[in-house]
Amino acid sequence: MMNKAFAVTLDPATSLQNHTGSWRTLRPVNVFKLPPCNNQCPAGENIQQWLFYAAEGDYEHAWRILTEENPLPACMGRVCYHTCEGKCNRGFLDESVGINSVERFLGDYAIEHNLAFKRPSKETGKKILVIGAGPAGLSAAYQLRRFGHSVHIVEAAKEAGGMMRYGIPTYRLPRNILDAEIKRITDMGVTIECGRKIEDIEAEKKNGKYDAVILGLGASVSAGADIPQGDTTHVLNALSVLGQIETTGEIEIARRVTVYGGGNTAVDVARSLRRIGAEPVIVYRRNREKMRANAEEMDAAIAEGIQVKWLSTISEASKDALKIEKMVLDENGKPQPTGQFEELPSDAVVLALGQNVDKTALSKLQNLQMEKDSVVVNNETMMTSIDGIFAAGDVATNDRTVTHAIGMGKNAARGVNAFLNGSTYKKPQKHDLAKFEDMHPWYYTDAPKTVRQELEVARRSNTFDEVQFGLTEENAIFEARRCLSCGNCMECDNCYGVCPDSAVVKLGPGKGYEFNYDYCKGCGVCAQECPCGHIKMVPEQI
Amino acid sequence: MLEQIKFYQTGSNTVGNRLLNPAMRTIQASTDRPNGLISGHRACQGCGEALGARYAIDAALKATNGQLMVVNATGCLEVFSTPYPESAWKLPWVHSLFGNAAAVGSGLAAAAQVLAKRNGDANAPRIIAQGGDGGTTDIGFGALSGMFDRNDDVLYICYDNEAYMNTGVQRSSATPPSARTATTQLVGDHPGADWGKGKDLPLIAMAHGIPYVATATVADLRDLENKVTKAMSFHGARYIQILVPCPLGWGLASNSTVSAARMAMETGFFPVYEAEYGKITSVRKIRQKQPVLNYLKMQRRYAHLTGKKADPNVVARLQALCDANIKNFGLLGDDEPNAPVAIQAYERSQAV
Amino acid sequence: MLEQIEGSLGVAKAVALCRPGVVCAYPISPQTHIVENLGKFVKNGELKDCDFLNVESEFSAISVSIGSEVGGARTYTATASQGLLFMTEGIYSASGLGLPIVMTVASRAIGGPINIWNDHSDSLSQRDSGWLQLFCESNQDAVDTHIMAFKIAEKVGLPVMVCMDGFVLTHAFERLDIPSQETVDKFLKPYEPKEYLNTKEPVSIGAMVGPEAFTEVRLLQQRKMAKALDVIEEVTKEYRELTGSKSGGLLDCYNCENADLKLIILGSTVGTAKDEIDRLKAEGINVGIISLKSFRPFPYAAIKEAIGDTKQVICVERAFSFGARGIICPEVKRAVEGTSCDVKTVVAGLGGRPIFGTTINGIVKDALAGKFTEEFTFFDVNADVLNSYTQKHEGVTFNKGPINQSAIEKSVKA
Repeated sequence: MMNKAFAVTLDPATSLQNHTGSWRTLRPVNVFKLPPCNNQCPAGENIQQWLFYAAEGDYEHAWRILTEENPLPACMGRVCYHTCEGKCNRGFLDESVGINSVERFLGDYAIEHNLAFKRPSKETGKKILVIGAGPAGLSAAYQLRRFGHSVHIVEAAKEAGGMMRYGIPTYRLPRNILDAEIKRITDMGVTIECGRKIEDIEAEKKNGKYDAVILGLGASVSAGADIPQGDTTHVLNALSVLGQIETTGEIEIARRVTVYGGGNTAVDVARSLRRIGAEPVIVYRRNREKMRANAEEMDAAIAEGIQVKWLSTISEASKDALKIEKMVLDENGKPQPTGQFEELPSDAVVLALGQNVDKTALSKLQNLQMEKDSVVVNNETMMTSIDGIFAAGDVATNDRTVTHAIGMGKNAARGVNAFLNGSTYKKPQKHDLAKFEDMHPWYYTDAPKTVRQELEVARRSNTFDEVQFGLTEENAIFEARRCLSCGNCMECDNCYGVCPDSAVVKLGPGKGYEFNYDYCKGCGVCAQECPCGHIKMVPEQI
Repeated sequence: MLEQIKFYQTGSNTVGNRLLNPAMRTIQASTDRPNGLISGHRACQGCGEALGARYAIDAALKATNGQLMVVNATGCLEVFSTPYPESAWKLPWVHSLFGNAAAVGSGLAAAAQVLAKRNGDANAPRIIAQGGDGGTTDIGFGALSGMFDRNDDVLYICYDNEAYMNTGVQRSSATPPSARTATTQLVGDHPGADWGKGKDLPLIAMAHGIPYVATATVADLRDLENKVTKAMSFHGARYIQILVPCPLGWGLASNSTVSAARMAMETGFFPVYEAEYGKITSVRKIRQKQPVLNYLKMQRRYAHLTGKKADPNVVARLQALCDANIKNFGLLGDDEPNAPVAIQAYERSQAV
Repeated sequence: MLEQIEGSLGVAKAVALCRPGVVCAYPISPQTHIVENLGKFVKNGELKDCDFLNVESEFSAISVSIGSEVGGARTYTATASQGLLFMTEGIYSASGLGLPIVMTVASRAIGGPINIWNDHSDSLSQRDSGWLQLFCESNQDAVDTHIMAFKIAEKVGLPVMVCMDGFVLTHAFERLDIPSQETVDKFLKPYEPKEYLNTKEPVSIGAMVGPEAFTEVRLLQQRKMAKALDVIEEVTKEYRELTGSKSGGLLDCYNCENADLKLIILGSTVGTAKDEIDRLKAEGINVGIISLKSFRPFPYAAIKEAIGDTKQVICVERAFSFGARGIICPEVKRAVEGTSCDVKTVVAGLGGRPIFGTTINGIVKDALAGKFTEEFTFFDVNADVLNSYTQKHEGVTFNKGPINQSAIEKSVKA
């Protein structure tokens, strides 16, 4: 030991005795904001979080996070209309993150690596009947099984999958993918009984000693249209066309087919028909702007050579032609007839005007409250007006997408679980939305969205092979790493690095950071430099 | 593959990045970073100098495997880090006077080498002398030039906050034109610091032909760490000037230290480059070019240039300074630096 | 070994024998020959493991010395006059940090007007700097004092100025006895600093100390000075025993037994005075000389003892304090306070004006004749030179011979 001079010479690091935290008037705190993608996702996926792990190359972890909300990522990675991407804050910077592609990559990865869901650690002994093996029913069954309940699904069709099998063309969703993801659910112990339509739900519940029932019947009846037509006119409905193509791979129809409608189903039908050699024309009474079909799908349809007659209605159908009336939009955006007509040569018409719920069994349920074309449910618990009977999916909503159905199925399962525990499910409160203004965009490098390789248009239009390839691993990582991690920590170490007082403690991988309030002077540099808007300065309580 | 992929989420602009191999992250990202300047020091909230000093010293500690000793000129850094009875330094550190840090550094380096030789140690501890812009460009200038002249094995780091902050914000020869200080107040026909005064110390250092000269800011940590590390790979006299915004002196929100430094780079106000043996070898390019007004707006020392009574001609002249820097140093795109010219040359030529 | 060499070379040799680690040089007359020689020794390998730095100013010379001492190397530098003043800030820093630097001050007058010749205004201006100030009366004394200075400095923990008269000593060729390396090595062990910067035991040296401890820091510096009195005597004793030298010490008395008058003198004037005192003794005038070696710390007790019961003391001073009086005299008065001893200042030898034997003779005779009626008298002033100006411009004339303070004051009122 040296003989140190008094006062003039000091021991190292002795300033630690000086707790500068007492200077603080503002204190930094971590805030967890809701990323806009998560907020938008109808299935309630924690997108930002699974992208976090995907970005690290930990695909299994990412997949496990993803499948906490959605058991069908490989399917959803193909058929979801990914409205999340429309809300992505990265869109303000360059282009939205290709969330859907990464989801598909993770789904395919799980299939390729035979990843299985974990069976519940303990059985509750409760029995739940799920009616319908569509996305809502499968999602509900999966979530219920995770709670440890035993689940039996009864499905009227020959195979499970609902609209994913009978309403979505195989070029969008190859059936081996669907089968693999359904099998993963049945591997958890969920049983599916196909080809039986339950006529008396009350009796089924009672006889089967079920503790609860989830109605996931879907909307399986194609909506009709009042078109004056001759006897020989070939009029079909969209679901039967799609169902037949699904079952036989072919359909006897005609060369010139008119698809009537402006929703996704219309586009699916038109594109499917194009693949079997027909020349479909879509007739829609509004314009492109008002079209409900997904824009990407519509772009693809047009690129494949499908004609569209905008602002047109079919007023009359004969054997080989249709009488089309031109429409105009009024100030409310509603189509109004003009009295101008034209003829459209057509050998057949496919009605794709939407689907309705099959009410035969529902109408027998006493006290079941219905509204228009759907069962009324409590928004939080998803319980119908009948105690112990819940509903999810198209049967209970007019927002009829697979993603929405999966979200509803999950919520119904949570409602059922709470119900079985004698309580009422309450949705947790949402965090504040993470806005682009909360972020520090300078830290993000500009990089274009990876455009999914697309098959050449020619090849696409006459085959049912998948239209969009998934991302390669490299692309998936690239895409996942484009996530801005809105409102949530991405462990960039900025707060830890920029603190002039070394008052941010780094806790290690996955653990984030904490503030050392003994020394934090409350300058706010950490909050200012956090790329994600994860730190907020709040007034110090004095 | 993970490492071959670019990090579009944060690029290389954040302190760390969990996606990178730890060896590729910044020193500041590490949980076992040296923290040469530790918590409990008495710097103001958001002090850029405290930040810059820790960045630089930690990088040098890493580069020298802890074999580092520091000489500190009088100034904020010295006062806030070592008021009796507490020191915030973890490494050997000495303070003597305001204007002699470079010379004390020379002596310390000489002693370290002599002792190492006598004791048969292969490597003598390395020396950093450091001070603020007042201690460097003004009162310590002669001693610094002497150290450069002798090519003593000292890295001199100037933490440049563009005025004498410790004594209450007075003008130094690093104070930019039109900036308010206590000795260049916002009164009279030409408020703030005079035009056509000041000196460009990095260029002066380069003119000594010393092995390494660089500028850096607290807003580009990787660049700063790389430069300190590189500086330590040379022997002989080296000079790094780090722009360290002073919230108090600049009239800056305490949270905007790093943002202001970033703006100084992105406007071209503070050119960031490095030079070996008197020649510029690399330039940090502007990533997202900003008008100088965005930089001025952040700071109350330029309040007279951003309010209703602002003289647009002065702002235009400041923009012209930035543009001259951008041109001279090649701060944009693929531009190559020309033979750089002290920005004061531009000011003085305009005055004539 | 006896050598007939220049004083500066002798000092350079003495310093080299002490094996300094760092020598720092900036040219200023009359110290240049010392560092020139040391630079040569380093370059030709005579002085090993030593870094010789040519710096750009005295401010950097002292600063480099501070750095190298903080780094644990035995350090030497030299300066004079303006250079010393340019160092001043560092002078105080070095003592405040307790760094045992040894520095030669080749005493020279301070400008303006610029003057390169010898007096003591430079070294005495640093009276309160916290350095030990050891004066040398001869080149042999300088050689020996430098060697002792390192040991004293390192023992005390304070820097030492070795003050030798510029030109008169530095440039004088004399026969010098330079001790052997072996002897010096036996006397002066390799430097083991009490504290220094090193990476094994990191410390922060040079803290800012506020009102809460500043007084205590200063008291401890004063305490080191108190300790230095003993250390100087111990080291001198040890050195003298080892080498047979008569150099060093707090003070040296010559012919002090039963002297009627004692002169207190610093530096090379002592030699001239001794010769004159011998002559005076033949005339039956018994005058003692106290050669003050250590001005800081000031040896009050030793001075009192050396004065003994002598009733009259004259301090022959080669500098003074403007607006006040002598610099040495007040210290001596403090030493003899309470006795009936009469102490006065006689200023002589400013800016290189030679102090001859006749000068000493005159001082002694005037003193014994009771002509110094006041405490403060300019002795060797040339009234003709003075009057050539004052008479012309102000109509004021001074009488020939010594001019005392009241004559100055009266001339102002006239």
